[in-house]
This record gives sequence, structure tokens and C-alpha cells, in this order.
Amino acid sequence: MQEETKKHICVHCGDDCGSHPVIWDEKPFCCNGCSTVYQILHENELCTYYDFESNPGIKIEAGKYKEKFAFLDDNEIAEQLYEFAEGNIRKITLYIPSIHCSSCIWLLEHLNILNQGVIKSMVNFVKKEVAITFNSDEISIRELAELLSSIHYIPEITLDKLQLKQNEEVNKSLLYKIGIAGFCFGNIMLLSLPEYVPGHEYLETHFKEFFGMMNFFLVLPVFFYSGSDYLLSAIKAIKHKFINIDVPISMGILMLFIQSSIEIFSGSGAGYMDSLTGLIFFLLIGKWYQNRTYQALSFERDYRSYFPVAVSKLEKGIEISTPIEKLQKGDIILIRNQELIPADGILMKGEAQIDYSFVTGESKPVFKESGDAVFAGGKQIGSAIELTIEKDVIQSRLTQLWNQFEGEDSSNTKLNSLIDQISKYFTIVIIAIGLFAGIYWLLNDSSKAVFAFTSVLIVACPCALALSAPFALGNTMRLMGRMGIYLKSSAVVEKLNSITAIVFDKTGTITQADEVKVNFHGDALSDDDKIAIKSLTRHSTHTLSATLYEYYKSIPPETVVDYTELPSMGISGTINGRKIKLGSAKFIHEGKTETSSLNTEVYLSVDGKIKGHFSMSNQYRTGLSELINGLAPKYDLHILSGDNDSEMENLKQIFPTTSIIRFNQSPNDKLEYINNLKKQNKYVLMIGDGLNDAGALKTSDVGISIADDIYHFSPACDAILEASKFQELKYFLKISAKSVWIVKLSFILSFLYNLFGLYFAVQGILSPIVAALLMPISSISVVAFATFTTNYIAKSKETNNKTESNMKEAKTSVFLKKSVQLN
Amino acid sequence: MSVLFVLIGVSMFVAGGFLIAFLWAVKKGQYDDSYSPSVRILFDDQEYEAQKEEKKQQIEKETTKKNHKS
Repeated sequence: MQEETKKHICVHCGDDCGSHPVIWDEKPFCCNGCSTVYQILHENELCTYYDFESNPGIKIEAGKYKEKFAFLDDNEIAEQLYEFAEGNIRKITLYIPSIHCSSCIWLLEHLNILNQGVIKSMVNFVKKEVAITFNSDEISIRELAELLSSIHYIPEITLDKLQLKQNEEVNKSLLYKIGIAGFCFGNIMLLSLPEYVPGHEYLETHFKEFFGMMNFFLVLPVFFYSGSDYLLSAIKAIKHKFINIDVPISMGILMLFIQSSIEIFSGSGAGYMDSLTGLIFFLLIGKWYQNRTYQALSFERDYRSYFPVAVSKLEKGIEISTPIEKLQKGDIILIRNQELIPADGILMKGEAQIDYSFVTGESKPVFKESGDAVFAGGKQIGSAIELTIEKDVIQSRLTQLWNQFEGEDSSNTKLNSLIDQISKYFTIVIIAIGLFAGIYWLLNDSSKAVFAFTSVLIVACPCALALSAPFALGNTMRLMGRMGIYLKSSAVVEKLNSITAIVFDKTGTITQADEVKVNFHGDALSDDDKIAIKSLTRHSTHTLSATLYEYYKSIPPETVVDYTELPSMGISGTINGRKIKLGSAKFIHEGKTETSSLNTEVYLSVDGKIKGHFSMSNQYRTGLSELINGLAPKYDLHILSGDNDSEMENLKQIFPTTSIIRFNQSPNDKLEYINNLKKQNKYVLMIGDGLNDAGALKTSDVGISIADDIYHFSPACDAILEASKFQELKYFLKISAKSVWIVKLSFILSFLYNLFGLYFAVQGILSPIVAALLMPISSISVVAFATFTTNYIAKSKETNNKTESNMKEAKTSVFLKKSVQLN
Repeated sequence: MSVLFVLIGVSMFVAGGFLIAFLWAVKKGQYDDSYSPSVRILFDDQEYEAQKEEKKQQIEKETTKKNHKS
């Protein structure tokens, strides 16, 4: 026993192996699954996998994927997934969330060693995808998915990937535009250089003409292609009687182009082509920086990606894998352990323990007998059941909650962004100044009137203004990502700042979904009792049994005689000659119930004598009370729970008396609650997990979904927060406030540059060189200011956190491993 | 001085080449994933091949030995 105190770390996944490691090839493994993967790799001489990173593997429970990919045998589904299919060659891109290190890339790109049918595999690390070309005669798509699963890289196959493709196209065209603008900008700068050096007036006229014409031709693609977005957006805005930042920008671009063209063709000057192209080039870079988001994360998932692609339909006793869209009323389907119910139906056969936690938030499974109605979104725990479908998938209770939003556009005016508010006044003021200068010169020196007017519009073009927000907010977003919260877009930073109320979901959000606090009330338990409990619970699939089994992790189980399980009652058996009963109060007291408590309780009796009961309560996340104390003075706090009110007293201790706590909230209640808060002119931040919060997350001003594994399913939201970073929420809110403040400072800075430029413009003495210098200097200094200050703020917050939470370091290291290279 | 016209023409031509190279690289998806190529270059395929060869030879040797014995 003594040598076991030494800790073994699994060679494959790096987990603690506990006291009984699986030994293979003289190496310790935490479970059979991990050692199987090692064996597969060892047989194929792929152990180089373990050279690039130590413990690169992923731990999963064995056997989970057994029937999962049966639907891939259906040709109709498979056809949709192929990117290329000709003869027996197929190409497919699979999303594998568990790709996380260089070893993963190596192994996945050597798949052809594991199976000769794979011709080529290529990993896209940023998107966590692998593109596989394979020979369909040698390996089917199902076998391929199972092969990947056998080495613990389980592909996630859903059919709603079309939207992503569109995004890619937009990104590419932006890169084209930047490339062309950069090319023209560089060349025009070069050709304009003679104008800037003293003595340029001696340059021969035919050179001047030549340079001018070259500039003109180079500017055309920039004006009509690269800058077209700004002009189109401005036209659209004016059509809708609304002024955004693109309006003053477009005025500047247009004026620069017209003024310069006139100067070049009339031979009166060199024009401002260099300023024009530089302006568009910088603006596009700002746009690119702002658009860089987390490609591997999905913020737009709806129920479709949560549901399985297909389920087993029973037709005359034969199982047929059927896509869920094709399920019809009256079909009989088979749902196995841990599978999701895709549509409302009636239970025909088997005993159902349905976990509705994703729909209602209630964590206790519900027991159903044949003839009972079951609803979509529940997860079956235990043996397989048969259902008759009552409603189509899209008309189910759960999916209807989603359909509510289908018509609504995402443009529901959440918050008017700061920059659009400013640009409205900015544009009016600039036009006023321009007109004033023009009229003044018209009265004094009419030759300068038009020039003064155009100069004002040119020099006031808010390039620096337009760049400050994308860089400050974009940089903040990336820094926050490094700290554990992943925002959908940089606009969310600004929204976070204006939050006044915070609504928490209970189950899975402020409590840890997978960790349950177990307490025993009654006589002290001897070691024999503990062994008995452990041995007994090993035979049951019930969640409470599983919890107790986990609770006595380190105790070795023994054999059980006469094991019986009564559904929704309890389990009993004989261990070492003692009769042990474990279950509900009704089961142990044999009908005589004394108290009905709201807490989850499991009673224990040994040889007919009641020993006491286990009470199981939710474990609150570490640092919850500190977080609440930090947030309480600034925000209204609310809790919405799908559970019963057994936790009321505990919550009251943690939350301040002013916060509102509601129990038994259905998904719809939550949604309505948020809507009510919004009607009271509050800006609402909703934090939740799972499908039951989906509606609330969507209606709130900012919806944060919390996840243990950020690549795993999370409902549509504005940000995904790593569960381990939950207690740092208040820092994230503070950082967002600071970065909005920085944006305002950069606005002031860019206004100062504008004033400086206007000084020349209103006098009608704006020379091309002043314009050409002012524009890049102002832009670059504003960008540098925004980037450095946000970096500084995030860093100081980060070090603050570090000193406070050194204790949690060990826990978070697992997540760090997974979150590398998101940026 | 009129050689400048030629020089500018040549320089535009060269720069244009780079522009086309950039556009081509974007189109081919070279900017889609900036991480895995940097790792991929470190994978030593030859080493693996060599190992395989070695093993083959070993097996051959063993089989020939066995054949001799029999």
C-alpha cells in the first residue's frame, strides 16, 4: 500500500491515475481508454506523438461513441458532408474540438498509418478542423469517424456549418482589399515624394504630368474597390436618414478624390492621392483587426447543433438510422442511455429516467413509465427506451422557444454605439465649419472659397476617430480572451460597460454542474459501511448512485449478492453477509415517511436498521461570495433558477438582501423576466448555461454562457466564459469600463489633431504635405495609444488577479493547455 | 532623366508581381491557418521512414536466420 502513495500521472492524458493505475508497457495510465489509445499508437509505431508534448492525450469515457456514428451509414446524410466525391475518392472536413497541441497535428496528419484508406489528412489548427481525403472502398465515413474516436479525437458532426463558409468569403475579400490598397498606397507615396522635398518646383513639367497620371490610375482601384464599402455604407445610412461614422469618412474620401483629380488634370497641383490611399489602407487594417474573432468558437449555435443528426427509428423491429428532420408523427424511435430525445413523444417501452437539466435547469432526473409524455431536449439515463413521436421536431416545446427568435433580427437596438452617436454631431459640426469658412472666403477672396470648404472636409475626415475604437476594443477583446472570456465581437466590450443589472442562472452557473456536495447525517459510518455503499452503487446507473460512487473514489468495491433495483425507489444487496438498502425515505422506511425534505436525500439501512441519510446539495463555485461582494455595490443582482427553493437559505447568505431570487422558473419565465428588466430601462447581463437559458441569453443586452469546455456546446450568446474564471467576472467588467474610457481619450486625441488640421484648412492654406503628414501621424499615434494603454490595464489587472488567486493556479493549468492559440 | 520612365515602369512591374503573389496566397488559403504550418515543418518524416526501414531489415534478417536454421 505504501508505494501507492507516490503519484502516478497518466502518460496519455496527464490525469492523476489514482491508487490503481492501469499499467501497460511499464507505463501508468489513468483508465483503460487511455491505455487502449496508447496501445493503438504503439502498435503502429506512432509513439512520436508523445515526444512533442508531454501527456498530449484527451481522456474520454470508453464506449461512449459506440453507436454514435451509425447515422453516417445513411448515404443521404453522408453526401451532405462531403466536399468532394468522385469515384471512390472522398474529401471531408471534420470539426474536432479536442485538437489542442502540436502532437494532435502530428497524429491526425499521420492517420494513413492507422488506416491505409486515408490518403491525406491536413489539420487547420485555428479552426480545429481536419480535412481528410480517403478512399471510400477501403474505409467508410462511419469507420473513419470511429477511427478518430478510437484515438480519442471525436469529431463533432452537425449540419449547420453553411454560415461559417460565408464568413470566410467576407474575410478573404477584406484581405484582397487591404493588399490592393497597400500596393497603391506604397507606390503613390513613392511617386509623390518629389513634391515633398524642397526644390520640387524645378521638376520638369512632363515628369509632374507623368507622376500625376500614374497617381490617378493607381488611385482608381483603391477608390472603387477597396474603399467601396465605406461609400456604400454611407449611402445606405443617408437613405435610412441616419448618420454613422462612414458618412464623414465618405465625405472626406469623395472630396479628396474630386479635389485631387481636378488638380492633376488642370495641372494646378499634385493632389492628395497619397492621403486618400493611406486613409483607406489604415481604415481597412482597423477593420481587419476588429473582425478577427475566435474562429474555433461558435456563438450562434441553436438547437440544431445540440440535437443529434440522426436517431434510430424502429420499423417492424428493425433499427434504421434516420435524420431527425425526417421524423414524422407516429414514428417509433429508440433512445439509448445518454441519448437526447429529439421530439415530443409518448413513452412506449422501457423505464425512463429523463434528465431535463438542459431544458428546465432542474438537475434531478424525472422518472417516467410507459404511456407518459416525454418532451424534447431530455436526456435518457439508464436502459434504452422506445418512444412514439407526437409532434414534429420543429414543433416541439423546446424548439418553439427558439423559433420565437427566428424572425427577430440581431439588430434589435441594444445599445447605440458610442462612435455612431458622436459621428452624428461630428458631421454636422464639420459641415458647419466648412460652410462658414467657405462663406467667409467668398466675401473676402472668392478664389479660395471652394478650396477652403473642401479642405475642411478633407482634413476633418475622422480616420483616427474611426481607428481608435476598433483598436482599443479589439485589443481588449483579445486580452480578455487570454484571461478566459471569449467575446463574440469587440462591440461586446462596449456593451459590458453599460450593464446595470446582472442576472444569474443557478444550476450550472453559480453552482458546479458536475460537482455535488455530499453530507452524511446520522451514525458515523464504519469502513465496512463505506465499502458496502461503494460496492452497491457500482451496479446502478442512477445519477445519485453515480454521485455516491464518485464520492467514495478511493475505496475498493467488493462483490454484491442478491442485487435488486427498484426504479425510483432504491437499491439493495448483500455485502459480506450484511443486507444493505440504499434509496429514498419511502423505500427505507417501507412506506412510513416522516419528513418530506426538498433536499435530495438518500437513506441508508444496514440489516434493517436505519443508519442515516446522505444529503446532496449543489456545490457553489469557488470564489462566488467574493465575486458577489464585489459586484453587489455596483449592480442589481438577480437569480433565476429552474430548481425548487431548497437552496433558498444558502443563497440568502451569499447574496445581499436587495437581490431578487426566483425559483421554479421555466425557460419562458426567464425570458419574460429579462424583458421586464429591460422595460425598466436596465441594461441586463445574463449569465447562464445550457438550453434552458437560451432565450434569456438572447434577449438580454449581453448574454454570457459559462462552459467547462469552451468548444463544447454553448447556446447562442455574446460571450463564452471559462467556468474556472467565473470568479474573475468583476475584473472583466472593470477592464471593459476602462477600455471604453480609453476609447473616449483617443477620441479627444483625434479631435485635437482635427483642430490642428482645421487651423490650416479654414485659412485655405492646406498643402498636400500637411495633409499627407497629419493623416498617418494622427492615425498611428491614436492606434499606438489605444493598444498600449489597453495592454497596460489588462496586465495590471492580471497581476492583481494572480496574487489573489495563486491557489487556483493548479486547477486552471488544464484550461490553459486547451486555450492556447486561440488568438 | 528619361530613364526614370523606364525605371518606374520596371518597378511597378516587379511590385505588381508581389501584389499578385499576395492575392494568390490569400486565395489559396495560406492565411487561414498560421499555426499548424509552423509546427508541421518540425515533424521529421524521414526519421519515421528510416525507423521503418530499419525494422524491415531486422525482420528480413530474422527471417533469413530462421530460414537458415531450418
